[in-house]
Amino acid sequence: MITQNTDEPVSDERPQGHVDSAERDARRDERRPGELTPREMLRWAWRQLTSMRTALILLLLLALAAIPGSIVPQSGVDSLKTSRWQDAHPKLTPVYERLGLFAVYDSPWFSAIYLLLMVSLVGCIVPRTFVYWRALRAAPPRAPRNLGRLPDHAAYRTEVAVGDVLAGAATELRRRRYRVVVAADAVSAEKGYLREAGNLLFHLSVLVVLVGFAMGGLFGYKGGVILVVGNGFSNNLTQYDDFVPGSLFRPDDMEPFSFSVDSFDVDWLTSGPRKGMARAFSSHLTYRETPTSGDQRYDLRVNHPLTVGDTEVFLIGHGYAPVITIRDGDGQVAYSGPTIFLPTDQTFRSFGVVKAPDAEPIQIGLEGEFYPTYAFGHETGPYSAFGNALNPAISMLVHTGDLGMDDGSPQSVYALDKSRTNLLTKPDGSMFRVDLQPGKSVDLPNGLGSVSFDGVERWNKIQISQTPGKEIALAGVVLALLGLLGSLFIRPRRVWVRAREDTDGTLVEAAALDRSGGGDTAVVIADIVAALPGAPTKEKS
Amino acid sequence: MTDAAWETLSNQAVAACGVVYFLALLAHLVEWSSMRRVPAAAAAVSAASGASAGTAASAGTAARAEGGGPTGAVAVATGPGTTTAAVRRTALFGRLGLLLTGIACAVHAVGLFGRGMAADPNRVPWGNMYEFTLSGTFVVVLFYLVLHRRFALDWMAPIVVSFALALLMVAVIWLYEPVAPLTEALESYWLVIHVVSAILATGAFTLGGITSAVYLLKEKRPGPSTGPLARIPEPAVLDRISYRIHAFAFPVWTFAVLITGPIWAHQAWSSYWNWDPKEVWAFITWVVYAAYLHARSTAGWKGRNAALLALLGLATLWFNFVGINYFSSTSQHSYAAPVLGAAVVEVDAPPARL
Repeated sequence: MITQNTDEPVSDERPQGHVDSAERDARRDERRPGELTPREMLRWAWRQLTSMRTALILLLLLALAAIPGSIVPQSGVDSLKTSRWQDAHPKLTPVYERLGLFAVYDSPWFSAIYLLLMVSLVGCIVPRTFVYWRALRAAPPRAPRNLGRLPDHAAYRTEVAVGDVLAGAATELRRRRYRVVVAADAVSAEKGYLREAGNLLFHLSVLVVLVGFAMGGLFGYKGGVILVVGNGFSNNLTQYDDFVPGSLFRPDDMEPFSFSVDSFDVDWLTSGPRKGMARAFSSHLTYRETPTSGDQRYDLRVNHPLTVGDTEVFLIGHGYAPVITIRDGDGQVAYSGPTIFLPTDQTFRSFGVVKAPDAEPIQIGLEGEFYPTYAFGHETGPYSAFGNALNPAISMLVHTGDLGMDDGSPQSVYALDKSRTNLLTKPDGSMFRVDLQPGKSVDLPNGLGSVSFDGVERWNKIQISQTPGKEIALAGVVLALLGLLGSLFIRPRRVWVRAREDTDGTLVEAAALDRSGGGDTAVVIADIVAALPGAPTKEKS
Repeated sequence: MTDAAWETLSNQAVAACGVVYFLALLAHLVEWSSMRRVPAAAAAVSAASGASAGTAASAGTAARAEGGGPTGAVAVATGPGTTTAAVRRTALFGRLGLLLTGIACAVHAVGLFGRGMAADPNRVPWGNMYEFTLSGTFVVVLFYLVLHRRFALDWMAPIVVSFALALLMVAVIWLYEPVAPLTEALESYWLVIHVVSAILATGAFTLGGITSAVYLLKEKRPGPSTGPLARIPEPAVLDRISYRIHAFAFPVWTFAVLITGPIWAHQAWSSYWNWDPKEVWAFITWVVYAAYLHARSTAGWKGRNAALLALLGLATLWFNFVGINYFSSTSQHSYAAPVLGAAVVEVDAPPARL
């Protein structure tokens, strides 16, 4: 078990750079209390900031400040959910907005906490590095006068001469990878220098992680596009449905790749507890890394993104796109093609709209649902019994009038502006509903035209992201872990062996100190003593 | 064996190990009640000399050697007839409890194994809350058994066993789900690496938390000279045991949530750190335990405050497992819902397209 070798970190000795308040008070003694020059004031503030206590409080504050982001929806994470939440809470929204609760991790107060923490960390680490640098080059300290006063010590008598004992001790300690200094009457040895190195490495790595993370946030981007199977995509801004760039992102940095979705496979579970669940999604892509390079193929699956240069392409969603054709009153095709419907539940009951602004004599809009496996219940109405398109059907209402698309302002393709339209009704006044199965068509009343449902295609939601600095962040965390292991499990130890001639021969004393505070130094000292010249076999005093 | 047979085996094994844990708990309760009449000295010795392990660092070796177990130590205790009988009974039921816990843990392992074999295709048994709870309790008990001798953990026996028993009951009664194939996003070898490390860290943090809680109790009331409380080691020893367990768990947790987690998240969800509620709370847990490690070497925070931080860390850890799974609908980690196509079904509407 690793825990065998652990022990407390530096317990009583306080790291350099962390100054006791008592010490501070002592320094101020000459003047009246409270009287500080600006310089001292700064110094005092710096000491406060870089003290371990402040670091602890900042750590706890960071933990506390992270909580709201897990409760309030975050616009950077899920903008749709955030806007829904904002619609549902009109009173709280302005307050929350002012507090930055919809973007906690970008908010000034959250940033303030972690920046202060980083400053505190640097203020603690830099002086410690100098101290460590000096300690690294320093010789192991001289043996204390009375080794018997150290908690772990041993002594024995032997006939071996003092010089031979010390020489033997030095050899033995060097063999155990101690750094050794031989004095006239004693040997000093020290090891475990890497513990503090691990500690420093850990703290510095935290900064590296932060840099890598910041690079991703500043220079990267994340975008999504919904592609009907069979269609292509080339990587430039105009092709994205949604695009979230970092604040220093430049469109020139985008990789000039392109791809098309040739086909899409999915397995539907027809039995078992997860019946109805879709799995084994696979999107077969043909892609080019640059416009001039050759075609390559890739099976895009969940957990298996396509990597092109610095950019990665992910499959994150799928759904149905019914092929719908609207003919207007003149018999002209006013709209035709696969239309993306968004799934609303696990059965892929999907919602969508079709807009035919060019229809004559009047604009036509359809709004309604698609059911991959149409079923009807007297209480539930129409529903989808299964996610697979076994018995597809659409059921839509017809809106006529001004669809609000003539002024050129942007409009969601998934919503119909119904402010200037009328619901089409049957002559008896009831709603006119387009209920169709593939291959069927229906004439609209009043000679407005017809709607046909020609078939079903599928779409894939593709997420594309470029995250520069992710390798830096990863390297930072790995280094941090290594440093952490070093600082937790390497034990800094000092060992002294002293030999003195007295009336009965040579008195050998040995003692060890674990600078991490306690531990198994008794075992260490017993081991070393047993290996010294002239040591009593199998017996320690 | 068919998948159905494996599933039945798993269910029976879980039920059986629950019964054996219960018997182990009974044995330990008998042990504790007999202990009321055993003086602290005898109790301390029969408690595998846990107290002496920490009173002096120089006693380290000796304590480990004596730590062999209550068997040898019973002979040391001499006194009036009733006390000797009580000491013998204490030792006997203590060993019986330990043996039963070991058996239960083995059966527990069979339950987990059967669970994995019952799935088609076979997989690691931590695809949902039920399986994660089974694995987590298993790891807690396993760590207890592994560390039992090294840290002289006899005093922890009833706590660990009743904890395992309670969680198993919760798992079987409320969390049970039939064996099902994994959701798509979970099908990755990172499931093995990421979740194993998370479970190991959770198990170790739990043991560490139990130790810290007992530390707080013991620190407040030094305790009587007889009875169960007397056998609990000195606060200093508890503090050190707790630190050692945490020092193991913290790097493992770092590996789980800050290395393997982001790598997997990057592969499955396109973003290595997305401030998903589960990620946020894993981060909070990490920060709190980091504070614990710092607190142990800061004047004014040692001991009591450090132990409180350890408990706070444990609370955030459990909240992440229970709370986020059940109360957060935004988390992509929300595996509490039985049928979830994970991220794949979810499609948010692009804001605007001309």
